[in-house]
Amino acid sequence: MTGSPHEHPFDVPLPFDLRPRAEKAVRDLQLRQFVGSATRGKDRGRRDGFREVFGDRSEGVRTLAGAIKQHTLDHLDWYLERFIEAAGGAGVHVHFAQDGAQANAICLEIARRQGCRLCVKSKSMVTEETELLPALLAAGIETIETDLGEFILQLDHDAPSHIVTPMIHKDRAAVGRAFARELGVPYTDDPARLTAIAREHLREKYRRADLGVSGANFLVAETGSIVICTNEGNGRFCTSAPRVHVAFAGIEKLIPGPEHLGVMLKVLARSSTAQPLTCYTHCITGPRRADEHDGPDEVHLILLDNGRTEILREETRELLRCIRCGACLNACPVYRRIGGHSYGAVYSGPIGAAITPLLKGVHNFPDLPKATSLCGACFEACPVKIDLPRQFIALRRRMVEQRVTGAWERAVFRLWGWSLRSAWRYRLVSGVQRVVLRWLGRGMGPNDAGPSTRRWVSRIPGVLKGWTGERDFPAPASRSFRQWWEGEGRSER
Amino acid sequence: MKVSLFITCLGDSFYPRAGIAAVKVLRRLGCEVDFPAAQTCCGQPMHNNGYAGEARALAARMIEVFAASEHVVTPSGSCAAMVRKVYPELFEHDARMKAAAESLAARTFEFSEFLVKVLKVDLRALGVRWEGRATYHYSCHLRELGMTDEAEGLLGRIEGLEYVRLASPEECCGFGGTFATHYEVISGAMVRDKVADIRATGAPTVVCSESGCGMNIEGACRRQGCHLEFKSLAEIIAEGLGLLDRAGGAAERHA
Repeated sequence: MTGSPHEHPFDVPLPFDLRPRAEKAVRDLQLRQFVGSATRGKDRGRRDGFREVFGDRSEGVRTLAGAIKQHTLDHLDWYLERFIEAAGGAGVHVHFAQDGAQANAICLEIARRQGCRLCVKSKSMVTEETELLPALLAAGIETIETDLGEFILQLDHDAPSHIVTPMIHKDRAAVGRAFARELGVPYTDDPARLTAIAREHLREKYRRADLGVSGANFLVAETGSIVICTNEGNGRFCTSAPRVHVAFAGIEKLIPGPEHLGVMLKVLARSSTAQPLTCYTHCITGPRRADEHDGPDEVHLILLDNGRTEILREETRELLRCIRCGACLNACPVYRRIGGHSYGAVYSGPIGAAITPLLKGVHNFPDLPKATSLCGACFEACPVKIDLPRQFIALRRRMVEQRVTGAWERAVFRLWGWSLRSAWRYRLVSGVQRVVLRWLGRGMGPNDAGPSTRRWVSRIPGVLKGWTGERDFPAPASRSFRQWWEGEGRSER
Repeated sequence: MKVSLFITCLGDSFYPRAGIAAVKVLRRLGCEVDFPAAQTCCGQPMHNNGYAGEARALAARMIEVFAASEHVVTPSGSCAAMVRKVYPELFEHDARMKAAAESLAARTFEFSEFLVKVLKVDLRALGVRWEGRATYHYSCHLRELGMTDEAEGLLGRIEGLEYVRLASPEECCGFGGTFATHYEVISGAMVRDKVADIRATGAPTVVCSESGCGMNIEGACRRQGCHLEFKSLAEIIAEGLGLLDRAGGAAERHA
């Protein structure tokens, strides 16, 4: 399993090399089984849920959800202003952070000013992106991840490997061992018992915490609300028990108004966990009011850019529609086999393979846009219709233009393209290919058992070395279709 | 009805029997088939790998080669998707070429789609008879075109053919062009699962019309020492009509 304790899976040398990680993960049969069965189950659940509730209108709902997000992004400046106005009016302090370090610094400054010592944190991918947890701990603020999955990962010094189900790569035995080691409880792998232990441990922390940190699933421009969807109730604790609440959100989380929230909540829950709605949906509009019993004295929202305005360019803008539901991860045949840690960054799966190179530079993550068969399962699953295959191709194009792609590969493709631009060159290349491959495949022909009358090649050096490392390569037929056509095919009746 | 066959570069070299079968079936169905000799490749490898200029040049070539064709039929869902979905996008900033690309897109059909939607054939009425148990693999590009049912529907109308569905027909076989050589380990894991799914059906014959998927899956079968028979839908129909020998007559042999 990638990401052994104490070695952070996203602390990678650049340019990032996917191959060794992917190879290790593919060989890890246990990992493949956990991730494979969990993702297949969720993918099926998503499809069934959509069919059951939306039926023939599933396509339309996805189009609508995508259009809501696209519209907001197309007018992001306007909606940001509306949101800041409304949130400010409700008493929320809104901050802007250009990058992760700045966002963390803002949070630490709030904690310092308020004298916060103990932080309870609900699940948030954006705080994974800014690496808030180590920053809080380094500042001497005891911090506990309260989402059960994240709690376990924190105990085990591990990192999330899925946007929604962060410990998809672990089984309950691993959880039991981490609990016994870190919490000093007797070993058990009974999920109910493990949950009870975590609950007991966390309850005490909630009671004493003075800082609550959360992410945000949506920001409603019209009302200035921060919307958080959770299933364990920990989000509610984190944002209401401590006296200070700091929410982190990417600038792309905006939606225009409450009427749009209904659509987004429905597609989010169905796409991520195949639920009609998440168990808890919190709409936080400002701090505790004078007549209210619960809630923080102060609410802060840190709006993070961290490369997002770069993605906001027209050709990549659709990527910011993402609502982090994880449906593309669950649908992806590549993710199913290599797991999240192989991607070398916080966001994994198809969406991660598309945005990580944009957030951190294509020259730093040149492998990610290529690590896909372009099968389109992600596009089909995406509730906001992000055309991920098209984005991968656009990234590959950018890599060719910026010469991130090697000179050798560029030369091969240019030559290949040139050879196909004339019928005689094509025939010449096909002829040479036929002679060479059939020679390589001599003796591996129709004489062995089985119905195939074809010659096969079991080892080819050069560009097809990878192919024959895993499977045989067919030799061309002795006579091409073209030759048949020019012989008897044309005139035959 | 006039049909121009777009054989595809892989089909031409590696799966000529599928092309031959398509010609014979289309002729039996009353089509006048021609094969524009200037055709080469649709340019998908260049497009997918980020070589837009090369892809555009090949697209322009294809558009010209098939300019006069009434219907363009190809055995490959993948190449059909390239022509239909990508060509118009490639000429986004050239109104004349975009119109020409859209015209070609509207005239281009994958083989099974052409049979179902244009010729509206009923294989049962036609007397297609093919004895045996077979499963079917469709390519991801056929799924993209929304055509996962056409071939299955046709298989269901063949007398004597016992069709067994894969458990996960929608899952990619791991071909993905250069992906299969760049990330052979991931691709290898994918195709081994596909082979396992196929083997679980117990069918000795795999119907697969996509050259790329076929090379990948059959190559993996062979590496595992499992010998299954791979045939395109056109070959099944041609054999079922007695237009091709079931074993593959001398003229159509692969080797």
